[in-house]
Amino acid sequence: MAAAGTTALATGRPEAPSLRAARRRWGESVIKGLLLLAALISLLTTFGIVYALLEETIVFFGEVGFSDFLFGTKWTPLFEPASFGVLPLVAGTFATTLIGLLVAIPLGLAAAVYLSEYARPRVRKTIKPILELLAGIPTIVFGYFALTFFTPEILRGFFHLDVGIFNALAAGIIIGFLIIPIVASISEDSMRSVPQALREGAFGLGASKLQVTVRVVFPAALSGIVASVVLAMSRAVGETMVVVIAGGLQPQWGADVGKSMETLTAFIAATAKGDVPTGSTEYKTLFAVGMTLFAITLVINIISIRLVRKYRQVYE
Amino acid sequence: MSAQEAIGRPSGAQRIRDAAFRMALVACLALAIGLLTVLLVDVAIDGAGKLDWNFINNFTSIDADKAGIQAALWGTIWLMGVCALFIVPVGVGTAIYLEEYADGTRWWNHLIELNVQNLAAVPSIVYGILGLAFLVRGPLSFGNVVLAGGLTLGLLVLPMVIIAGREALRAVPSSIREGSMALGATQWQTIWRQVLPAAVPGIATGVILALSRAIGETAPLIVVGAATVIAFNPTGLDSAFTAMPIQIFDWISRASNDINDYRPLAAAGILVLILLLLAMNGVAIWLRNRFEQKW
Repeated sequence: MAAAGTTALATGRPEAPSLRAARRRWGESVIKGLLLLAALISLLTTFGIVYALLEETIVFFGEVGFSDFLFGTKWTPLFEPASFGVLPLVAGTFATTLIGLLVAIPLGLAAAVYLSEYARPRVRKTIKPILELLAGIPTIVFGYFALTFFTPEILRGFFHLDVGIFNALAAGIIIGFLIIPIVASISEDSMRSVPQALREGAFGLGASKLQVTVRVVFPAALSGIVASVVLAMSRAVGETMVVVIAGGLQPQWGADVGKSMETLTAFIAATAKGDVPTGSTEYKTLFAVGMTLFAITLVINIISIRLVRKYRQVYE
Repeated sequence: MSAQEAIGRPSGAQRIRDAAFRMALVACLALAIGLLTVLLVDVAIDGAGKLDWNFINNFTSIDADKAGIQAALWGTIWLMGVCALFIVPVGVGTAIYLEEYADGTRWWNHLIELNVQNLAAVPSIVYGILGLAFLVRGPLSFGNVVLAGGLTLGLLVLPMVIIAGREALRAVPSSIREGSMALGATQWQTIWRQVLPAAVPGIATGVILALSRAIGETAPLIVVGAATVIAFNPTGLDSAFTAMPIQIFDWISRASNDINDYRPLAAAGILVLILLLLAMNGVAIWLRNRFEQKW
């Protein structure tokens, strides 16, 4: 085909070469196909997760009423009489996440404001990697620290709080520290992308540095800041090792954060630790709770992806 | 008072507020970094006494004095090997497809992109459930072995590799591609001989950072059934295994029951893990500085 094109051209202008490939290169197509296959693996992962969770969850709801699960306030799946109300686990997740955000939002935003508006480039270059280290240390290390140091030495020793060895407060605060880098780095990016002209305009009108930061830069970067908080929230909801080690494994339908509160993730880890036989009640609850966790984080993730998109479009 | 002073200079009260705000910011930052420091010092004090050659060389034991981390260390090395062999071809392949081939206006390519973003934020323990349902049991039924554990970790960090790989490829200027194509190279020849070599430092950094995330992951390995008390190293992909975070978790759980016998072991294990992590991150930073290209 290509050869025919060349001859046809050759009759008119003998010297003009064809810009088309001399022949179809099958290797190129095969490679493209292989690469597409690689890309499909990530898609398959999502389908795999949803399928695995749904399959067993459906079986689970064949035995346990949907509203008993979703609105029940008693979680004793492995004892007699078994009760499958997931709300205490959701309360545990909610409590540790909320405490974590109460720590991470002020500290993370302060770090972001300082790095973006106040720090000289050299200071910024030193502090940023140190902050990132908070996110790079394995969470099991934070769990160890919460259990062996933070609860006994800080909460009980320094603040004289009457908390249990395992308590949601310590777990939540430590989760807060490990999500600081998420809040700080995305918020900082978003503040730095605020055009310099806005700051200069405000300074020109006689605003102080504080006024410029709080009334000009902060509102302009708000959607990015919100996105960072939402992403940090998703991370806090999914955090497992800190709550398993320091948060305790007693489900609690209440808000006594000084005591143990089991979270969705902690239940999954604690239950899966023993070798759970396929098809047993434990096995099914594992997937039902996993589905609940996945659904919660999916909603949060979709919101955060949308927000990030939105703020990116503003100044680019 | 001249007009210029009235507009240009902040009043005294304003300046005090400014300084207070600045100090509050620094205090918050100091709190975050302070906690990190206390954490590292605490672990170092708890674990330093235990950290010696016997600890690296012994298997775990009921007797806290004799217990070591050898099986866990080798288990982790095996897991990282499997993980790397999985994420490099699949992650880089996906990145190349999305950056070099995919038509961004097509809905399916958009879906793949959105999917990668979402996967990056799925809780790690959910990957454990995926591994349990598909790799350990179910369709593939590998059992509680190295292969299942390594692939589970691989799936978990795959989005990180894809995202880093795409950024590295995007940083290669299109003039390189156009020059190559104009000289008659095919698209794949262009990618393989021009674009990829230029992007290798960025990709390698991404892979190392992904592995340093995977090495500390505990939750998914608990779910896929890593063993806690093992006195042998893995011998192959179909071998039962333990891993460093799993071993540390086991020691922490024991410490909270017994009379603190196992706490120094857990801390020493954490020190080994952190040293490994620092080494990996050091290599990543070195790679980035040494081979980074400015176009």
